[in-house]
Amino acid sequence: MTEVDRRQDRAPVPTDWTYAPAPESRDIVRLAERYGHFIGGEWADPAETYGTIAPRDEEVLAQVGQGTEQDVDAAVTAARDAFANGWSELPGSERAKYLFRIARILQERSREFAVLESLNGGKPIKESRDVDLPLAAAHFFYYAGWADKLEYAFPNRQPKPVGVAGQIIPWNFPLLMLAWKIAPALACGNTVVLKPAETTPLTALLFCDVLRQAELPAGVVNIVTGDGRTGAAIVDHPDVDKIAFTGSTEVGKAIQRRLAGTGKKLTLELGGKAANIVFDDSALDQAVEGIVNGIYFNQGHVCCAGSRLFAQESIVEPLVDKLKQRLETLRVGDPLDKNTDVGAINSKMQLDKITELVAAGKEEGAEIYQPPCRLPEKGYWFAPTVFTNVAQSYRIAQEEIFGPVLSVLTFRTPEEAVEKANNTPYGLSAGVWTEKGSRILWMAQQMRAGVVWANTFNRFDPSSPFGGYKESGFGREGGLHGLEPYLRFEE
Amino acid sequence: MTRLPVKKTYKLFVGGAFPRSESGRTYEAEGQNVARGSRKDARDAVQAARKAQAGWAAATAYNRGQVLYRLAEMVEARTAEFAELCSGSDEVERTIDRIVWYAGWSDKLPQVLGGSNPVAGPYFNFTVPEPTGVVAVLAPEEPALLGLVSRLVPPLVGGNAVVAVASESHPLAAIELAEAIATSDLPGGVVNILTGRRGEIAPTLASHMDVNAIDLCGADGDGRELEELAAENVKRIVHGRADTQSPWEISSYLELKTVWHPIGQ
Amino acid sequence: MAQAPALPTGFELPLEPRLPRIGSVDAVALEERGASLAKRSIKKEAKVFALELAIRCIDLTTLEGSDTPGKAAALCSKAVRPDPSDPNVPSCAAVCVYENLVPTCVERLRGTGVHVASVATGFPSGQYPTDLKVADARRAVELGADEVDMVIDRGAFLSGRYAKVYDEIVKVKEAVGKAHLKVILETGELGTYDNVRRASLLAMAAGADFIKTSTGKIPSAATLPVALCMLEAIRDVHHETGRVVGFKPAGGVRAAKQAVQHLILVHETLGADWLTPDRYRIGASSLLNDVLMQLRKEKTGAYQNPDYFTID
Repeated sequence: MTEVDRRQDRAPVPTDWTYAPAPESRDIVRLAERYGHFIGGEWADPAETYGTIAPRDEEVLAQVGQGTEQDVDAAVTAARDAFANGWSELPGSERAKYLFRIARILQERSREFAVLESLNGGKPIKESRDVDLPLAAAHFFYYAGWADKLEYAFPNRQPKPVGVAGQIIPWNFPLLMLAWKIAPALACGNTVVLKPAETTPLTALLFCDVLRQAELPAGVVNIVTGDGRTGAAIVDHPDVDKIAFTGSTEVGKAIQRRLAGTGKKLTLELGGKAANIVFDDSALDQAVEGIVNGIYFNQGHVCCAGSRLFAQESIVEPLVDKLKQRLETLRVGDPLDKNTDVGAINSKMQLDKITELVAAGKEEGAEIYQPPCRLPEKGYWFAPTVFTNVAQSYRIAQEEIFGPVLSVLTFRTPEEAVEKANNTPYGLSAGVWTEKGSRILWMAQQMRAGVVWANTFNRFDPSSPFGGYKESGFGREGGLHGLEPYLRFEE
Repeated sequence: MTRLPVKKTYKLFVGGAFPRSESGRTYEAEGQNVARGSRKDARDAVQAARKAQAGWAAATAYNRGQVLYRLAEMVEARTAEFAELCSGSDEVERTIDRIVWYAGWSDKLPQVLGGSNPVAGPYFNFTVPEPTGVVAVLAPEEPALLGLVSRLVPPLVGGNAVVAVASESHPLAAIELAEAIATSDLPGGVVNILTGRRGEIAPTLASHMDVNAIDLCGADGDGRELEELAAENVKRIVHGRADTQSPWEISSYLELKTVWHPIGQ
Repeated sequence: MAQAPALPTGFELPLEPRLPRIGSVDAVALEERGASLAKRSIKKEAKVFALELAIRCIDLTTLEGSDTPGKAAALCSKAVRPDPSDPNVPSCAAVCVYENLVPTCVERLRGTGVHVASVATGFPSGQYPTDLKVADARRAVELGADEVDMVIDRGAFLSGRYAKVYDEIVKVKEAVGKAHLKVILETGELGTYDNVRRASLLAMAAGADFIKTSTGKIPSAATLPVALCMLEAIRDVHHETGRVVGFKPAGGVRAAKQAVQHLILVHETLGADWLTPDRYRIGASSLLNDVLMQLRKEKTGAYQNPDYFTID
């Protein structure tokens, strides 16, 4: 008689453990019905607006402005005025204190921002709470410290601010990308016109309230919302000295073309198709965690996502078995639920793109696996997906999907892994999993990528430079190197 | 009876060899018939550069420094010949000194440009500079020798391979330099020098998908059209100055790679 | 559940279908995974489920030199009926005592379904000759213990004499017959997660029915990453051989919240099949009352005071 039988009369043993919903309250966020552009420290009423939604259920959260050329011009003018009339002359130590204030206020209001980020963007609250917000605050804190130390970062070069920086950011890490852009720009003494992504403007708009609380001088940061047309107006504006863009390679190339011959400074942080290479001697269970974190973190809406898994042939079976088993424990659902691992796809457009590429993968002959999970009916959802039997030539192994879709390929020798991993026009990031020290360093050296994660993946830090090789862009964000794009030198 | 001197044929320098232009064309410059490189020659040069680049990058920094120092020796040995082909011995001496100055940077760059980053977590994190790959250089019209060397050597020091387009009006110094390079220890293909019409060759290099960076120093006008072509594969664009010497010139052709590794027992 | 050891010698997994693989563990990633699972938010009925399950899985333990038959008897009463005011609260899985107290517990627990577990093999140090350890374990069963918690010879393990560790487990397993054998690794003395994994695989290959983290006698005991590391080893053995091995974290689990975190770890590593006292135990003493307090809070909505719960 088993123990369970013996005890049955007293205490029946339930067989399943379903976690009760654990929603983070959204009451902490107070949204206006309608938002204008934040120009010269004031809210400018937009001529035209559009509804920004919550991708989890398509609820319209607010109306936001569709920035016009006139709006952008007003913002650039405000930024230029602020630059010329005080900000660029302010001692670095004073600029630093504004940035420290911003960092602190972000920490104090972090839950409010995290909830809004998850609501408007669809990412799980545990990520916005534990990754986006702490990192955004840390970025301001890190660059605050640089503001009065620039001459030590660039000895003998007499660093000077560039002027007005036009910054265009994506929808995958809305506030974090804002921090990556604004913090170094202000630390170097520039003023800013920033356009958040069309689908995720709300945390950037809430950030304007942080600027008010920090008493940042009017016009130092201006936020204009809108779609690609607004971005183009920023790129084309003659009085913008520097463009920083994070987004798709396609748009990045278009921006580089538009800026040809203008002499404007440019940094591009573009797409990727990172290889995550697992050797047979690696710590497999941790490698599986790294693979999962590499491609399902933020629904795979990550430019440096480990979307191509290269498994050494001798372990491909146990690795894929483990991976599939692990996928079954991923909890897909309400971004505001604290137990959600994979949230909503950011937009209908992105969902269509993922759906299309996954269909192409099936058609080309790859074998698809998706764990059993019930997706909500409303909103935009896509189940975590693994493709096996993928050939290097398939679209799913070549194109950036920007969704929770992993392609599994195999290799036999380190050299083959390097060749296949580098066989892409992108070069943003790579992952290597092996317990052998010399091989880690060799692989790290061979990867044509700006960030190499060895025995880890998708780690970020304000002190760590980030940026791509090849068509993944140029310039670095983060660290000392992240200052350079926002400075000119009078050597 | 006076002896009739043997005259030199001025050819291209591609993959360590001195071919004529595949087009069979020449143009007259500085009183000589100089090879007029074609788009196909540019393509061959890029191919040669790509083939040689990995090996050059893999050489130790110490070795690269020595090879470049050896190049300075080779130029020094030809001071008289070079002086005839540029503004004079002063320019040659400055050129030699510049090569020596840059040669010394090869094994110091990673310490100046890279470093370790104190990330908030149990990770060792470091940043190292690496060559971007194949670099196209449009040398300035003048100074014929110093201008070319000032633009050519910075990408070389960092481990890139270069395809340079010589001064269109003063190409002879570039060809002389190619001969010095051929007798130095630089592996064939690491430096390729094309002569000819810049307006013809430059767009091919700017649009070439296997060129990683382009220096528009010698470009005509503001280089807008070349920049537009260069955007197709997100080339690194440099507007170099003809006579300058700085480690930041080198860093224009370097990528920064950041590596993370956990620290644990 | 008792099955033959997977391998007659050594502790590698079977050669077929692939090479033997002990594997390694990355400490940082393991700890991060443990920490991230600890952040699961378990509420309402899910929490009640977890708290009741925790009680059902507790090996209520006293392992002191000062233990007396009186103390053991009280522990038994508490294990059978942890909360006299609420008959819906289930019994614990077992009591865990030194050998001398086994007869008292057997007497007290007869017919209750609560098991008697005895520590043995020179607990806690294991620094005794093999024949004494084997005799020790055999004696525990003769005295009536349903389960035996043995310690491995860490001295032998750390000096690379894996065969000695293995052989001792095999002999003890033989000696205890049908009684359940839990093998204590004393992970806090093993130094690295690689060693924890190695020792886990070794114990399972030698015939352990359960693997257990600690004696509770040293400060570093059942941490979440150690538990995760051992659960992953159990998962590998199950995947490779089909063998089911149970897991028992012991030592350091004092709060209901920790117990729930441990249960989450099992749930998301081995699945719901392991959420039963047949396959999962928590070795604890003070934990029980905290779980009871939390459970009553969930049922009544009011935060509790320890004086409303009996000490033993």
